[in-house]
Amino acid sequence: METIWFMIVAFMIVCYVVLDGFDIGAGIVHYFVGRNNAEREAVIRAIGPVWDGNEVWLLAAGGTLYFAFPVLYSAAFSGFYLPLIMVLWLLIMRAAGIELRHQLHNELWENFWDFVFALSSILLAIFFGAALGNVIRGVPLNSEGYFFEPLFTHWGTTGETGILDWFTLLSGVVAFVALAMHGAAFLAHKTEGEMNARARKVISLGWFALVLVTIGSLFAVIYVRPTILDNYYAMPVGWLIPIGVAAALAAVKYFNSTGNDKAAFLGTSGYLALMLGGAVFGVYPNVLPALDPANSLTIYNAKAGAYGLSVGLIWWSIGIVIAIGYFVFLFRTFKGKVTVGGEH
Amino acid sequence: MDPNTLDRLQFAFTVTYHYIFPQLTMGLAPLIVIFKSLAIWKKDERWNEAARFWGKIFGITFLFGVVTGIPLEFQFGTNWAAFSRFAGGVIGQTLAMEGTFAFFLESAFIGLFLFGEKRLGQKLHWLVAFLLFVGTWLSGWFIIATNAWMQHPVGYEMAADGSVHLTSFWSLVLNEWAIYQYLHNMGGAFVTGSFAVAALGAFYILSKKQVEYGKLFVKAGVIAGCAGSIWMLFPSGDLQGKMIAEHQPVTLAAMEGLFESEQGAGIVLIGQPDMEKKRLDNAIVIPNALSFITYRRWDAHVRGLDAFPEDQHPTNIPLLYYSFHIMVGLGTIFIAVMVIACFWLWRGKLFTSNWLLWILMLLFPFPFIANTVGWMTAELGRQPWLVYGLFRTEQGHSPMVSGGNVMFTLLGFFGMYTVLSLLYIFLMLRRIEHGADELTPVGMPNSVPTVDAEREIKEDQQ
Ligand code: HDD
Ligand code: HEM
Ligand code: HEM
Repeated sequence: METIWFMIVAFMIVCYVVLDGFDIGAGIVHYFVGRNNAEREAVIRAIGPVWDGNEVWLLAAGGTLYFAFPVLYSAAFSGFYLPLIMVLWLLIMRAAGIELRHQLHNELWENFWDFVFALSSILLAIFFGAALGNVIRGVPLNSEGYFFEPLFTHWGTTGETGILDWFTLLSGVVAFVALAMHGAAFLAHKTEGEMNARARKVISLGWFALVLVTIGSLFAVIYVRPTILDNYYAMPVGWLIPIGVAAALAAVKYFNSTGNDKAAFLGTSGYLALMLGGAVFGVYPNVLPALDPANSLTIYNAKAGAYGLSVGLIWWSIGIVIAIGYFVFLFRTFKGKVTVGGEH
Repeated sequence: MDPNTLDRLQFAFTVTYHYIFPQLTMGLAPLIVIFKSLAIWKKDERWNEAARFWGKIFGITFLFGVVTGIPLEFQFGTNWAAFSRFAGGVIGQTLAMEGTFAFFLESAFIGLFLFGEKRLGQKLHWLVAFLLFVGTWLSGWFIIATNAWMQHPVGYEMAADGSVHLTSFWSLVLNEWAIYQYLHNMGGAFVTGSFAVAALGAFYILSKKQVEYGKLFVKAGVIAGCAGSIWMLFPSGDLQGKMIAEHQPVTLAAMEGLFESEQGAGIVLIGQPDMEKKRLDNAIVIPNALSFITYRRWDAHVRGLDAFPEDQHPTNIPLLYYSFHIMVGLGTIFIAVMVIACFWLWRGKLFTSNWLLWILMLLFPFPFIANTVGWMTAELGRQPWLVYGLFRTEQGHSPMVSGGNVMFTLLGFFGMYTVLSLLYIFLMLRRIEHGADELTPVGMPNSVPTVDAEREIKEDQQ
């Protein structure tokens, strides 16, 4: 049962990263793809109808985590107190950037919200990446199952760690590059003409950076947490994940150069999903590894009561099918390209 | 300041601020459905424009509700880690269901409602408005069920590790407390929505612009507001009171300012609690009324604060007492004004009675106040418990998060929300200035030219 819920939570987090990831990515490349006001407005319109729904995956994943693994929720959220509250502020700023821009036709107003949108997206990507880095590296959980990390300490991965150290910063960079590519792929798919060309260019240049940081992060992970490979040795099917990552990267390169934007977007989606999947696979059955392994939170000591988990499975299955239905409907209604200077 | 106090301040501040927005959206949602129904039924395009206009207001308000709601869910983990570990297995259910069943629905249909009218056609657009209403009211249900469990825990057992485990899903979701609380709370939201509609209508009539819409709004607003205001007192407020008397008698005593147990207790209209001398100063009391209202007998025995050990008393009795009295006082005023307004409407005098229109216009902030103090009554009345009878508030905060860090984020929220308030007010004033006139159906955000163009699309922005 707890393994099922582990997979469900992982699934929802992956959905969040893939879906909201392209909104964040669009924000990162906002100024590169949209060179003037009308083009930047088109960027916003491309994500306008869907970003809020995408963000709900974060809430739903959070809620699911809360009730399936309450001990984990309380440990992680209080331990990452500062970065999480900052993520909240950034989410507020991003929402304002997207939704308030078109409330007024005034250049100063629009420029201001463009900037807010781009900046908050960039910082969100780095924070989310760093958060994942923390989970992989492990956190200083005490025997009560709590910890608190300041934003940074001595930038090393042992002893009194902070949220940011060289390793988690590297994860932040991976997330930044990967989401930028993902957002660019989405925009390439949603736009035409010059904007489309610019988005493709981001992908073709970014690709090399992504390959580089991916390989770099792979070595860094093995250095910081050698046990991450244990599950792979125990269950060799796991090796399909890194192979899949490589295949997704190759697909992005190939489809971007042949101009198949949709396939390239699926490629970046696959890359994100598999990278996360790889981390999750390596961490299992831990949910929050501790620097002192005896204090690690696992799916067994963090889970909620058995009855709650089994009724949860019933309503969750119903709810998620309905929710996916909305998403299919929503994306189909708003399919097609956005045009520069198009109406609202 | 100790971390627990700061955590409480931060939660109280952020949740009170959040609730400004959902009460308006939850109140407007059914009204928008009514407007759309009238438009289709009476084939009167004006009602459609009313729906569009309030839809715009709904849209902006919804956005603010979303951005201020997310911090609340996070704060259960960031600031209330010990509480979450204790109760997450139970209240996590309803919170996760809110995300799965309500937020997905709302967030998917808000875009369709705001931008899809032309593409969808009138009937489907009505359906989307209806689903949006269902979404906001469902979300209200799940959050109330969460809060109701904290007020009146049911369907759980204590596990070996000291946390609570769920034992009955249906008693959690259909908690008796949640049902009464929901009936009253949604009524409160409806009051906010209808008073806002009436107030804007009155403003338009008084300022002699868009008078036609002004009359429409006033008419819809006072009829809905009259029904809503009466509902708040009876039956829903009365039911709430009985429930408190049954399950939280000490809260009732504190709300009413009843320091000593009494045979045939009276209701206090005005009076200031003096916590040192344990009595009410300057009290004006209706004799025997409290006994009658709670137990339907004029001479029933009502337990006062003296009947309960001191460590079970709510921690801030004066504030609790004032909150409750402000709510009930405002509720009474609302009923009086709305009944008169409806009567005047029926006699055909309302639109020319400037004094009454002024009152309607100036009344619009007060439902927000009533709802806020109502919640303060509920939340202060629950003290000193976080989960009533099971888990005390001082046990709940995150053990490792220091006061200095909470102070930092609290100040950050103050700043952030000040900016949000200014933006919201600015955007609302622009909308109101712009008015309902000539709000034509809006196409899709990324419109490919629309198929069944009923009208020319005009830029609705300016
Ligand atoms: C427009 C808003 C509004 C108005 C006019 C009223 N209320 Fe109210 N009241 C609320 C809005 C509200 C609320 C915000 O919705 C509360 C807070 C928690 C809840 O479920 O509803 C509430 C709670 C609440 C409680 C429960 C407090 C607790 O849980 O400890 C009682 C006993 C009443 N109300 C009684 C009344 C009575 C007798 C009213 C007479 C007119 C009244 N309310 C008017
Ligand atoms: C929107 C309406 C609400 C308002 C205005 C409100 C108001 C407050 C206030 C004033 C406090 C501080 C009480 C004190 O410290 O003495 C508080 C605390 C709290 N409320 Fe609410 N509340 C609302 C809804 C909710 C809901 C729906 C929940 C649960 C789902 C909730 C959960 C809590 C928690 C966990 C605390 C902190 C612990 C405590 O101080 O008891 N609140 N709220
Ligand atoms: C502890 C208290 C609360 C928490 C944790 C909470 C959580 C949230 C969250 C996360 C959102 C954003 C949803 C989205 O992205 O679409 C939201 C919005 C909303 N909340 Fe709350 N909320 C609380 C109090 C309340 C109360 C007391 C009500 C009313 C009964 C309420 C009703 C709503 C509604 C209707 C929305 C939809 C957005 C809107 O219409 O403005 N919330 N809430």
